[in-house]
Amino acid sequence: MALTIQEVEHVALLARLKLDDDEKELFAAQLSSILDYANRLNELSTEDVEPLVHILPIYNVFREDEVQPGTPREEILSNAPLLEDNQYKVPKII
Amino acid sequence: MELYELTLHELQDKLQKKETSSEEITRSVFSRINQVEDKVKSFITVIDKETVLKKARESDESGKFTGVTGIPYGLKDLFCTRGVLTTCASNMLANYIPTHSSTAVSKLEEQKGIMVGKLNMDEFAMGSSTETSAFFPTRNPWDLDRMPGGSSGGSAAAVRADEVIFSLGSDTGGSIRQPASFCGVVGLKPTYGRVSRSGVVAFASSLDQVGVFSKDVEDCAIVLKTISGYDPLDSTSVNIEVPDYTTYLDGDIKGMKIGYPREYFEQGVTEDIKQAVFKALKKFEELGAIVEEVSLPHSEYALPAYYLIAPAEASTNMAKFDGVRFGYRNISADNVIDMFCNSRSDSFGDEVKRRIMLGTYALSSGYYDAYYLKALKVRRLIANDFDKVFKDFDIIISPTTPNTAFKIGQQDDPLALYMNDILTVPVNMAGLPGMSIPCGFSNGLPIGMQLIGKPFAEGSILKAAYAFEQNTDYHKVKPDLGVK
Amino acid sequence: MAQEFETVIGLEVHAELKTATKIFCSCSTAFGSEPNTQVCPICSGFPGTLPVLNKKVVELAIRTGLALHSEIPEFCKFDRKNYFYPDLAKAYQISQYDLPICKGGYLDIEVNGSKKRIGINRAHMEEDAGKLVHQGDITTTPFSLVDLNRSGIPLLEIVSEPDMSSAAEARTYLEKLRAILLFAGVSDCKMQEGSLRCDANVSVKPVGQKELGTRTEIKNLNSFRALERAIEYEAKRHTCLLEDGDGDKIIQETRTWDEEKQETRSMRSKEEANDYRYFPDPDLPPLKIKQEWIKEIKNSMPELPEIAEERLVKDCGLPEYDASIITMTPESLAFFDGCVKSYSDAKTISNWIMGDLTRLLNQNNIELTDCKITPDSLVSMLKMIDDGKISGKMAKDIFEDMFNTGKNPEVIVKEKGMVQISDEQTLVPILEDIIANNPRAVEDYKSGKKKAMGAMVGQVMKATKGQANPALVNKLLQQLLGR
Ligand SMILES: [Mg+2]
Ligand SMILES: [Zn+2]
Repeated sequence: MALTIQEVEHVALLARLKLDDDEKELFAAQLSSILDYANRLNELSTEDVEPLVHILPIYNVFREDEVQPGTPREEILSNAPLLEDNQYKVPKII
Repeated sequence: MELYELTLHELQDKLQKKETSSEEITRSVFSRINQVEDKVKSFITVIDKETVLKKARESDESGKFTGVTGIPYGLKDLFCTRGVLTTCASNMLANYIPTHSSTAVSKLEEQKGIMVGKLNMDEFAMGSSTETSAFFPTRNPWDLDRMPGGSSGGSAAAVRADEVIFSLGSDTGGSIRQPASFCGVVGLKPTYGRVSRSGVVAFASSLDQVGVFSKDVEDCAIVLKTISGYDPLDSTSVNIEVPDYTTYLDGDIKGMKIGYPREYFEQGVTEDIKQAVFKALKKFEELGAIVEEVSLPHSEYALPAYYLIAPAEASTNMAKFDGVRFGYRNISADNVIDMFCNSRSDSFGDEVKRRIMLGTYALSSGYYDAYYLKALKVRRLIANDFDKVFKDFDIIISPTTPNTAFKIGQQDDPLALYMNDILTVPVNMAGLPGMSIPCGFSNGLPIGMQLIGKPFAEGSILKAAYAFEQNTDYHKVKPDLGVK
Repeated sequence: MAQEFETVIGLEVHAELKTATKIFCSCSTAFGSEPNTQVCPICSGFPGTLPVLNKKVVELAIRTGLALHSEIPEFCKFDRKNYFYPDLAKAYQISQYDLPICKGGYLDIEVNGSKKRIGINRAHMEEDAGKLVHQGDITTTPFSLVDLNRSGIPLLEIVSEPDMSSAAEARTYLEKLRAILLFAGVSDCKMQEGSLRCDANVSVKPVGQKELGTRTEIKNLNSFRALERAIEYEAKRHTCLLEDGDGDKIIQETRTWDEEKQETRSMRSKEEANDYRYFPDPDLPPLKIKQEWIKEIKNSMPELPEIAEERLVKDCGLPEYDASIITMTPESLAFFDGCVKSYSDAKTISNWIMGDLTRLLNQNNIELTDCKITPDSLVSMLKMIDDGKISGKMAKDIFEDMFNTGKNPEVIVKEKGMVQISDEQTLVPILEDIIANNPRAVEDYKSGKKKAMGAMVGQVMKATKGQANPALVNKLLQQLLGR
């Protein structure tokens, strides 16, 4: 199956990636050939097969509700590209 | 013989007998890094020598040597290290300094192991050649025009070039075993859940597992014991007792049942590799093991399923790199959507973008069932195949890769490169322990043999690998880097 | 031809669960701290971090499910909901998609005397996002600031069936739900602090039509009044459009309630419709909830409002309306219970709670838990009325004093010299004086105008500074005026 440029654009927006026209064409072609390969899975009938999400047979892994000190603010903010008033600064939303 | 040439257990022996010190070993390792690093390019970051020597002296002063105490090692650059640059070989994290260390690293630190640096890798572990590193490719010590494999290519090359005594890597679809095979070292990916993933930058969470590169099987057992165990910070780490893996290293494999899957000798495996592995299987027979052909009928579907599941998980794991709290930000954007898009597009390489796109597509509405869900069902079939064989067999043996190391820049078709993982991916899909050990050479390049075990039976594959190693010399052959 | 329309409403309520720590890390959930002081690499979405589930969150979720008559399935799991937003640290929210912790359920409401059962569709656990602070208006500010203290606070999202048909029903449903959450001890439900948030799905259709109209979702409803007004506004908007034949102008979208303009406003941007790409979170093993655990939680369940309401009606003889008001919060029920154990006239107690006490609390913006009046002090005051020591009117002043100072009624009465005059010898001369000075009123009274009596009682109260026992004054006046 071949991915259209529009589909590539839609997926890129969902994934918050900006692609130039060359990249869009390249990805359309490459993703199409990978998906073609993936379509081989349809050779298998999987009607009654339970999907496998968690390989380990473990359940109910909990933590007790006990407070531990957080990371000091200067430390946790030390990697931030842009700060103001000890908060992460981001450009306008709309 | 220089100290850097020795194995971990040989060095530990000398340390315990006070024949050397961690400081001496560390100096030796640094001199080796100086000699060969320009050629091999394993490291993204080498820690300042004086800082490391200070640590080495501290471990000497402690006077207690056990496990990895006093032994210099390296880490794939996706292990978070408090206060030390952690880049994932990406421009996104070119300046990222974590505030916390990964649990596996903390365990090495508790034993006073000596971390000398952070090793090159494919960007965010996405790749099979270490060529997708945003910084530079690492070279295969056996042939500097070739790549070391990936994604943990730096970890494999550094061990083979004697730049570190051992290293840690991570394996999502073969990223430890494949470079181990290409570089001719021991590489082990434990059972999913054996080693904590906390502090290891995630690629595909249901497949990722931390593991070991070492010069021989005994070293591998020692390091595995050190880093394994339940971690309250990782809900998928399992609370099963960690055995002393060295107790499995007795060379006695009489009666051990070894299966070799017929499908793993098709799939474009080169003649040299087939021959080497069959020869190895003969050796196992000579040593008293029972060797039989088995079938893992869904093998050929593991790779297509993997290339849906891993990118799907990766696409959301990679979403946190949005330029807000850490990492690269494009500061010219005047609204938040452009800020997200530009920051990510400027700083992610093509392979990362490709997998994010692929995974986003596989999860998106209208395609979820056809791709992602279908792949999860096939994953079940693959796991069932292994379950069935393991009812009658103790371990499974196959080639690690269909071919030996490629030339750098040789592959530009992503799908062709993905085919490299065809023999390693099923093991991740089933969450099993897998290991690659050297078992021969083809045109001067190492060949790796893959040993696959039952869940949490790392002991069995270590046992078999040790028996083989004790009766062969492949692990002793080292590349000539032309420096002495 | 005029067509009749009806409104269909469903509510999605996000209740913050009452835990000490966040849902997936050990950071504190305390409200009102300095920005980014209750954070760690996990809730800040740093690379390499992994979630670990807080057991208390699951317990509180199950408790809520039991209180809402939901099914607690044996198996549930967490999923990732993917979308980019600056306050969403990992760029995905860990939530529950197809297998939530609570399935089905209901709660009963009563509006204008008629009872109605509102279905609960589901309730699921999820993490809250951080807080985005805008300088001024979100549409015009050049930048915003992100505080992650809230990021990872545990929420239970409770989704109703579209069973409500008026703003009043929606309000009552939310009040009832809030009462249940408060009684079950699962949430503080403080709408001002955001620990109870509500979104409303509203659609309008011709009466009798089966399929629902196009619905809109209204966000940002942070008070009961906002909920009511927003639904009324939105229902009217839909109805007008339908009446004008412009039904196609109703688009399925998210709208926000503008408190200042008292209107709903579209939140749509030119962005693509969301595709959340839900899938199971591989970092979190699923849950298997055993019957024993559910039983254990059931056994430790506090008294719920429904049960308490029944008790107040049956055991205390309270009217249903009073009982429903008293059981709106655990605090008011506890207050009532504290009074009724040493004072048998339940209705009088509820009158004081629903009347003066509620008025004073609202006027002073004080919570019942911080109130200086205790059940014991109220009962003391009521007994003083019964004993004729103070009048009802005096009691109102005393009560306000008690509210402000926390003093006992006896102390206040003594300090102010507010003793009721209940002896005839003191009162008779005063009454005779007033009769003498008001011949007109006396005449009116005698000619049958009963009102005139009230005027004279008023004069007596004035002359005695309100201290005369009104019942006695009435009696004596009648005697003196010869019936
Ligand atoms: Mg929600
Ligand atoms: Zn936290």
